Amino acid sequence: MEWVNTIVQGVLLGGLYAMFAAGLSLIFGVMRLVNIAHGDLIVLAAYIALVIVETLGINPLTSLLIVVPVMAAIGYVLQRALLNRTLGDDLLPPLLVTFGLSVIIQNALLQWFSADSRKLNAGNIEIASIHIGGGLAVGVLPLIQFALAVAVIAGLQWLFYRTALGRAFRATSDDQPVAQLMGLNNSHVFALAMALSLAIVAVAGVLLAVRANFDPSIGPARLIFGFEAVIIGGLGSMWGTLAGGVIIGVAQAIGAKIDPGWNLLAGHIAFLIVLALKPEGLFPKVQG
Amino acid sequence: MSAIEPVIHVEHSNRASRIGLAIVSCALIALAAAPWWADRANLRLLSEIYAYVALASLWNLLAGYAGLVSVGQHAYVGLGAYGLFALAMLAGVHPLVAIPIAGFAAAVVSVPVALLMFRLRGHYFAIGTWVMAEVFRLSAAQLSALGGGSGTSLPTAIVLSVAGSREMREFTLYWIALALAVAVLAAIVMLLRSRYGLALTAIRDNELGARSNGVDVVRVKYLVYVAVAFGTAMVGALVFLQKIRISPDTAFSVNDWTAYVIFITVIGGIGRIEGPIVGTIVFFLLRQTLADLGAIYLLILGAVAIVVMLKAPKGLWGLIADRYGWQLFPLERRLVIEKRP
Repeated sequence: MEWVNTIVQGVLLGGLYAMFAAGLSLIFGVMRLVNIAHGDLIVLAAYIALVIVETLGINPLTSLLIVVPVMAAIGYVLQRALLNRTLGDDLLPPLLVTFGLSVIIQNALLQWFSADSRKLNAGNIEIASIHIGGGLAVGVLPLIQFALAVAVIAGLQWLFYRTALGRAFRATSDDQPVAQLMGLNNSHVFALAMALSLAIVAVAGVLLAVRANFDPSIGPARLIFGFEAVIIGGLGSMWGTLAGGVIIGVAQAIGAKIDPGWNLLAGHIAFLIVLALKPEGLFPKVQG
Repeated sequence: MSAIEPVIHVEHSNRASRIGLAIVSCALIALAAAPWWADRANLRLLSEIYAYVALASLWNLLAGYAGLVSVGQHAYVGLGAYGLFALAMLAGVHPLVAIPIAGFAAAVVSVPVALLMFRLRGHYFAIGTWVMAEVFRLSAAQLSALGGGSGTSLPTAIVLSVAGSREMREFTLYWIALALAVAVLAAIVMLLRSRYGLALTAIRDNELGARSNGVDVVRVKYLVYVAVAFGTAMVGALVFLQKIRISPDTAFSVNDWTAYVIFITVIGGIGRIEGPIVGTIVFFLLRQTLADLGAIYLLILGAVAIVVMLKAPKGLWGLIADRYGWQLFPLERRLVIEKRP
C-alpha cells in the first residue's frame, strides 16, 4: 500500500511537470524555439503572485486572475521585441538570447527578493485530503493541480485542432513563408503563441509556489523537468507530454522512497533510458 | 611535361598573421615571466584568465565550428575536477600526473554520452547535455568518499607534493595553467590547419554543403566532442587543484563553467579562434570594474551578450577582422601559383 501511495503521489506531481512542459512544447511546435528561460519565467510568475498575494491579501489561486494576463502580456512583448529577431536557420541566437534572459531574470529576482526561500500560503486547502479507501489519502491541492494540468492540455489540444488560432499556429509551424502568403502575420502569431505559453507558465508558477518553497535559483531545474517530459512524450504530442510528466514524477517519487539522494537522479535516469531505447519518445507525432 | 610547370602550394600565413604571431609570441614570453613581475593575487587572476581562454576556445571549437551547441560543458569541468580529487585522494596518484589522467577518463565517459546525446537534434541536444551534467552533479553528491553533497578539501600532504614551498607551488600551477591554455590553442590551430580543419570549417559554413562534398559530418562531430571533453576536463582538474576545495555545486556550476564561457565566446566572436581570447579579456575587464555590483553585474553581462548576439553576431573580433582583415593565427588558406621557367 505504501508503494501504491508513492506512485499516486508521483502521478499527481507529474501533472505539475506536464504543465512545465506544455508551454515549452507549444512554442517549440509553433516556432522551433527552445526557451532556456522557461524555468526562470515559471519562478518569475511565482514571485509576481507573491507580490500580488502580499499586497492584496488574496488567496494564491485567486491571484491567477491577475498573474495569468500579466505573464501573457510579458510573453507577447518579449516575443515581438526580442525573440522574433532571433528566429531563423541558425540555432545559436535563440539559444543564447534565452540563456541570457535566464541569467538576467535569475539575478534580477536575486537583487529584489534576495536568495531567501519563499512560499505561498493557500490556507486550509493545503492540508485538506480525501480518503479513497485502503488507508490511501490524496491531498486536495495535488488533485486540483493534476486536474488543472489535464484541463490545460485538453484546452491546448482543442485550441490547436478546433480553432482559427490553432490553425494559424499549425500553418506557421508547417511552413512559415506560405503561412505569410496566406495573410497571416507570423510575428503576431508567434507572439500569441508565446503569450499562451507564458499564460500556462503563470499557472505552473503559482501551483509550484503553493506546493513548495521557491527561490530565484530553482528555474533551470524546472526547465529540465519540463524538457524531459516533452522528450519522453514525443515531440508534438500534448497527451504524450502529460504521460512524460507523469513518468518523471513517478520515477522521482520511487527514487525518493528508496533513498532521498535518488529523488532527482531517478527522474533523469528514466529520461536517459527512454532516450536510449526510444529516442523519438513514447508517442511521437511530428519530426523536430 | 612542359618546361613551364606551375608549382602550387597553400599558404596559411599573411602579413597580418605574421605580425599577429609576433605579438602573441612577445606576449607569451612576458606572461611566462609573470612570477617575476606580478604579485600573488595577479598570478591567480592570470591563471583564471588562462582557464577561461582554454574553456571558451574549446567551446568555440565545439559550437562555432562543429555546430554542437552544448550548454552542458560544465559536466566535463566537474568530471575532470572530481577525477583529479579521486585519483589523488583515493588512488594516491601525484596530482600533476592526475591532470591528464582525469582528462582521459572524462574523454572515455564522453563516448557513450555522445552516443546518447547525438540522438537529440539542435536545441534539444543543447538541453540534453545540460541534463547529463545534472546527472553527473547529482551522482557526485552521492560519492561519500569525496564528501558527498558538501564536498571535500585536498589533504595537506597532497597539496605539498605539488611543490615544497608555497611560492614554488603557486609558480608551478601558474605555469601549468599558461601551458595548458597555450596547448589548447596550439592544438586547435593545428587541428584547423589539418584536413579535419577544412572539414570543420565546411561544417561551420554549411553543414549540408559539407555533407554533399563528402565530409563525414557525424564522425567529425564525434571526434570533436570527445577531444573537447578531454581538454575541458583537464582545465577543470587544474582549476580545482588550484582551489584545493571541491563540491558538486562548484565543480558542476552551470553559471561558472557554461554560461560565462558561452557569453565570452559570443561577445568575442564565435567561429573564430581569436574570439574567445578577446571575449575573455572583455569579460575580466567588466568583472574587475563591476565587481562591486554583485548580482547586477551578471545582469549586465547577460544583457551585453544578448545585444552582441543581435547587433554583431560575429562578435567584437568579427567586427575588427571584417574591417581590417586582421588575423592573429595563420589559418587562412590561399592558393599560391608560382611559374618556374
